[in-house]
Amino acid sequence: MGADPLLLGGVNLGVVILVIVKVLVAFAVLMVTVMLMVWFERKVISDMQNRIGPNRAGPFGLLQSLADGIKLFFKEDLVPDQSDRFVFKLAPYLAIVPAFLTFTIVPIGGYIDVFGYRTELQVADPPMGILLLLAMSSISVYGVMLAGWSSGSKYPLLGSVRASAQMISYEAAMGLSIVAVVLVTGSLSTRDMVISQQGSFFGVVPHWNILRLGVIPFVIFMIAITAELNRPPFDLVEAEQELVGGFNTEYSSIRFALFYLAEFMNTVTMSAVIVTLFFGGPDGPDPNFLHWLWPIIWFVVKTGVFAFIYVWLRAALPRLRYDQLMDLGWKVLIPLSLGWLLVIAGMQISKVAGFGMLVALVLGAGLLYRAFSVGKTTWGAASSLSSPAEKTPSLRRPKFGDASGSGGTRVITRITPEGVARGDTEVSNGRT
Amino acid sequence: MLAVVTMPDLVTFIAAALAALVGAVGVVTLRHPVHAALMLVMTLFAIAVLFVEQGAQFLAAVQVIVYAGAIVVLFLFVIMLLGVDKRESIMPKNAVTWQLPIGLLFVIAILIELSILTKGVWATGTHSVTAAVNGVSNIAVLARAVFTTYLLPFEATSVLLVVAVLGAVVLSRIPRASTSEELALEMESDAKEEVELG
Repeated sequence: MGADPLLLGGVNLGVVILVIVKVLVAFAVLMVTVMLMVWFERKVISDMQNRIGPNRAGPFGLLQSLADGIKLFFKEDLVPDQSDRFVFKLAPYLAIVPAFLTFTIVPIGGYIDVFGYRTELQVADPPMGILLLLAMSSISVYGVMLAGWSSGSKYPLLGSVRASAQMISYEAAMGLSIVAVVLVTGSLSTRDMVISQQGSFFGVVPHWNILRLGVIPFVIFMIAITAELNRPPFDLVEAEQELVGGFNTEYSSIRFALFYLAEFMNTVTMSAVIVTLFFGGPDGPDPNFLHWLWPIIWFVVKTGVFAFIYVWLRAALPRLRYDQLMDLGWKVLIPLSLGWLLVIAGMQISKVAGFGMLVALVLGAGLLYRAFSVGKTTWGAASSLSSPAEKTPSLRRPKFGDASGSGGTRVITRITPEGVARGDTEVSNGRT
Repeated sequence: MLAVVTMPDLVTFIAAALAALVGAVGVVTLRHPVHAALMLVMTLFAIAVLFVEQGAQFLAAVQVIVYAGAIVVLFLFVIMLLGVDKRESIMPKNAVTWQLPIGLLFVIAILIELSILTKGVWATGTHSVTAAVNGVSNIAVLARAVFTTYLLPFEATSVLLVVAVLGAVVLSRIPRASTSEELALEMESDAKEEVELG
């Protein structure tokens, strides 16, 4: 069971100071990384869109985020009249604190010796390890939700309701793909996960979880946390065309900056978590000098790759529709991750059991697909709910709030969890 | 058997206990439903800290994930969607009359019971399934206990939860379910799944 050697003995003043220093260093490094990440994202996206991007402040526009931060500090700090003042001020912190706390469990290197104390290069290594990630991602729902509600305004509320439904839906798939990692590691500690991924298959292929688990848990995890972070293509929370700016519309000044910061901090943290869970963390080739440095370099390089992938996704993919988002989460990711978990559990016992589970998974998936299609046809015939696939003009996909008259009746659409649906509240013409 | 209480333990306990108490009082005294729900989150969080303090790290994580992360979010969802997020006069002047002395009586009874319980373990039944409370986490031991010795109660609980979810779906699905109910169901089943995961 993983535990920091620093804390195994008694706790004295030196240990306390060292822990505080670790927290401060991690925070400072993360802040600088977030600033660079903002710059990196803007620069890469502008390259992909054939623009120049920020290029005035500092070399290559590197200081642009700093300039923006200073500007935001001096902006007027608005609190809307209709808002719930205390909750309105609290919400940004509920967004940013979980973002930082998640980073504390990520191992960024091996062990180092400082002033006679031996410690892990990671802020905290609690036995509950990766569960902290789940706990913090469920807390960060509050930041978004309360921000939208306390603004006392319609669009932020709609954005935050979308956000919390989305985040909670994808948390299950995320948790199930983490369970797969826990299953092969035999421990919840992130340090143990990294250690168990050391070594290689046949001396060449790294013994990383992405290969040990089959690629599927990684794919599920990647999609689920992209949705969890509300990043494109799952950024319905701040869909500008529909919701003005989403949950943070009413925010200004440094409070807005905190949300912005939390979003990018989460992006960096989640890239690091992907590396930890599926790509061996700081694992990598180690030339025979500077032993303590190489793991850190490998970790930073891998995290950078995933940070780039996030930016790439944002530039390349259009936003999903809300019903597509919910379908993907509930009807694809959760059943798939549950099924794959059974396969991995079978593989832990024996090859026969594992492949048996795989066959069962394929059969089960076929059955489920059949059930969905049957359910869709019978349900579609029973009610006037029109599926987006139907393209007939009379049954076109309805928009929220449109009331179309058809044959003397008024059909009012409303928002359901599956998206905007044509309601069956049919009343005679002229009355509502 | 009492573990040795160290200084950091004591400080953590006092801070977390204070937070839990303030939150608990806030839940029943604040007029605004959303504020009350937030106070509930604070209490749950403080109790999770107390669990960590006792070495029950898994329980602490589950407490935050399931209760703070799913169930109170569900409460908030319902409060927001049903539009009861207004200052409510839930306590008219003449509503509380005879309840007050009875409540006070119960408080005194519970305080007496608690002070008896702190003297020994006879009232709390069997000892811990994992180990003595020692501040060291033992998730593996807990897992072994749940999946071997207590497998049947564990599975029975999950069947119970599934039945509850199915019952809720059947009851609300026969006509067309209304928006908030469907949403609440989704979130509830999500919370249940997480419980089963644990």
